[in-house]
Amino acid sequence: MTEPLIYDLGRPGRTGVSLPDPDVPETAFPADLVRGELDLPEVDQLTVVRHFTRLSKLNYSIDQNMYPLGSCTMKYNPRINEDVARLPGFAASHPLQDPDTVQGNLALMYQLQEWLKEIGGFAAVSLQPAAGAHGELTGVLMMRAYHLARGDAKRDKILIPNSAHGTNPATTSMAGLKVIELPSDDRGNVDLTALRAACDDTVVGLMITNPNTLGLFEEHIEQVVEAIHGCGGLVYGDGANMNAMVGVARPGDLGVDVMHYNLHKTFSTPHGGGGPGSGPVGVSQRLADFLPAPVVGMVEEGEDDEPPRYGFIVPKDSIGRVKAFNGNFGMHVRAYTYIRVHGASGLRGNSENAVLNANYLLSKIRRHYHVPYDRVCKHEFVMEGVWPDAPGVHALDISKRLMDYGFHPPTNYFPLIVHEALMIEPTETETRETLDTFADVLLKIAEEAHTEPDLLTGAPHITPVARLDEVSAAKQLVLCCRPIPAWAEA
Amino acid sequence: MSYYLHTETDRTEMLAAIGAKSIEDLFADVPARVRFPKLDVPDPLSELETMRELLDLSESNAEAQHSPMFLGAGAYYHFSPSLVHQLILRGEFLTAYTPYQPEISQGTLQAVYEYQSMICALTGMEAANASHYDGATSMAEAVIMAYSHGREKRKKIVLSPAIHPQYREVVRTYTQGMGLSLVGDEDPENDLPDLVKRLDQDTALLIVQSPNFFGQIENLEGVAEQAHAVGALLCVAADPISLGLLKPPGLFGADIVVGEGQSLGIPLSYGGPYLGLFATRKEYVRKMAGRLVGEAHDKNGQRGFVLTLATREQHIKREKATSNICTNQGLMAMAATLYLSTLGKHGLRKVAELCWHKSHYAAQRIAELPGYEVDTSKPFFKEFVVRCPVSVAEINAHLFNEWDIIGGYDLSNDYANLPNHMLLCVTEMNTREEIEALVEALGEITTG
Repeated sequence: MTEPLIYDLGRPGRTGVSLPDPDVPETAFPADLVRGELDLPEVDQLTVVRHFTRLSKLNYSIDQNMYPLGSCTMKYNPRINEDVARLPGFAASHPLQDPDTVQGNLALMYQLQEWLKEIGGFAAVSLQPAAGAHGELTGVLMMRAYHLARGDAKRDKILIPNSAHGTNPATTSMAGLKVIELPSDDRGNVDLTALRAACDDTVVGLMITNPNTLGLFEEHIEQVVEAIHGCGGLVYGDGANMNAMVGVARPGDLGVDVMHYNLHKTFSTPHGGGGPGSGPVGVSQRLADFLPAPVVGMVEEGEDDEPPRYGFIVPKDSIGRVKAFNGNFGMHVRAYTYIRVHGASGLRGNSENAVLNANYLLSKIRRHYHVPYDRVCKHEFVMEGVWPDAPGVHALDISKRLMDYGFHPPTNYFPLIVHEALMIEPTETETRETLDTFADVLLKIAEEAHTEPDLLTGAPHITPVARLDEVSAAKQLVLCCRPIPAWAEA
Repeated sequence: MSYYLHTETDRTEMLAAIGAKSIEDLFADVPARVRFPKLDVPDPLSELETMRELLDLSESNAEAQHSPMFLGAGAYYHFSPSLVHQLILRGEFLTAYTPYQPEISQGTLQAVYEYQSMICALTGMEAANASHYDGATSMAEAVIMAYSHGREKRKKIVLSPAIHPQYREVVRTYTQGMGLSLVGDEDPENDLPDLVKRLDQDTALLIVQSPNFFGQIENLEGVAEQAHAVGALLCVAADPISLGLLKPPGLFGADIVVGEGQSLGIPLSYGGPYLGLFATRKEYVRKMAGRLVGEAHDKNGQRGFVLTLATREQHIKREKATSNICTNQGLMAMAATLYLSTLGKHGLRKVAELCWHKSHYAAQRIAELPGYEVDTSKPFFKEFVVRCPVSVAEINAHLFNEWDIIGGYDLSNDYANLPNHMLLCVTEMNTREEIEALVEALGEITTG
């Protein structure tokens, strides 16, 4: 059953809201400024509620069942987070208010900066970036600025392993730098020989994800960092996989110079169907002066009865602002809450359980699916969704068949270095029973792939729509349901 | 308290299944010298205690629900119907990922499609993406898109000094590695005709904000034609509430429309999460960054929606992508969709009219005060500039300390030529009583 578009549910003259009449004398509108047509829906309020409630039922979500998307850390999003973020003191305060009237916000941001510094092993943190990729851009621009500030202008390359997320090379291009791709070795690490050969005085730095996108800890991380620092480069840590590392190892202690955190992964803020995220960056001492402006600082120490006074500080060599206002503050409130609820012991426990869950799941499926780099994994692992004796079946078919069993698929076709990749990240918030059920379903699908492959290639069978024709959709682009206004066609 | 769920028995049995003796075995590949650091993070708190702590922090802030708010400058206190925040709290929307698997994401996908359609209707454009981080980063992406459209040969961007100062700063931060020349805003007196004179064969983009940072409505008649005459594009930054009343940028031939969508039902939340609006013409859609939802059909001919033109994006195009954006502001776009659906054609117009009437009434009353002067050189919407008899800092301190009013924005922060100039914002949330109180409070300070 197709849900109609909101535009098709109304009648001329309807509205979903009652608003007050003007309580001041009216001022005439200059006729030449006022628009004619305003082509928005005309729908009553209950119809709006029903339409979006029905739409919501077409979605899969963490609240429904396990969401094993590798590299996405789809853990439980605690409900307390949503309540605290909506407290009026947070939700109705304006970003340009005098800092003295928003000391609660600034205290929270300051404390979150301090905790993130401690968790990552960094000298300073900025909460401004709005997402992981935004944090990457911030970090790479800082690395570039660092070299330029030292008069080292010939550095123009960033080294990136071939297992990296697409955001790493895209970020590098945005910063006006060149990408040098590094191969991986047969244990899934970055190839150390190739890395060393690429290290010279034109290298801005390396972008590395650790654990990497195979879910494996870089076994040569110390030699990697040494080689990059040895040629004068800086190490960027992609914090996408930090959920395996909190309380386990601090990237700063390993020599990472700059890293973004994904508050919407590791620190439990919801993904919201695509965002918002939050991507704070942590930096080593030598990059602290380059952080985006402003950061929150303590401008007056507290005394016995007096709390400290907080304000905004502009770092000396700041790359500038990467976003208007103060970052995705609502996400800062949620991440603060998460850290407060779990404490140091709980944070480490969560990473331990994330790794335990991934390895447990891996132990249950490895005899049925090929795992190309089969060693102790961290919070996720990658298997191949293909068998030599079931040639018609691909990773995508397994993904779609999982939907029929009530599970969200893993990340498929990534990382690019694994053929028919299926990347599975269970997270720490799944019970053993759920993991067992999920493993049983994967085993059942492996069996079906050999006995009834049509069940897979025709899947999903029970979803609101079947597989959609994405090729035609891209050719005959329909991006907007409204007629093009007459003026635009002229 | 923690969300621990494994019992000791579970842990032991799971480790046995893995073939490990202890949890620590799973981390043997982490260098021993850094393994398991003691974190200086406080002990866990119960949910109850955490709520108390956060409540205390929040209550030490002044905020718009308890203090009359006349501060805007890019973030606005507007009314949002209750259903907006209640529906985005549905777990099906809140806890879903990016809709890469369309069969089980039709809710998000159709809502984004409806969002794109409404943003097109509002701005008068043909294609809108699923969002950027905020208005400022939308503008930076517009610059990159225009630079890419000009095959990276056109290196000049002309931007108005009346664009939000933070937006201009973000544009400069984003493009610092691209070797662009950003001109036009070096002189705060530069008006549209001065900017148009700067256009030449090397110009990729002209950017104008209307209503501008000062709330003034710019005369966009003929501007696009002048940009197009030299092969440049025109980007207009617009406030979506103003478009409930004012002619849309598409009508004036804009190639790109950007804006801050926070006004569309999203709380102030001390600066984020907000919503970067981005719309363009269909001919430029393949150069546009960000996610896009398109209509599709399944094998049974049933209509559905998918993420489309993914070949523009970083996960496919990697270093050749024009932007690295991945996570966007999805749930904020959902809030805007709910807001626009509920208010609709008539409600949005009424909100815009209320902003118009109330801001004009406030401006007129303040203009009558001795020592105050309201800038009426251009028509304005919702915000206006007042020259005050003393510094804005002094006035705001008086407003807050004596009247519990959150005053306007101090323009001398960004414009040296505007000492004692305040930017005041009046929306549908400000009652006549609040406006009268503001006027009375300002009247108490008439000389320096």
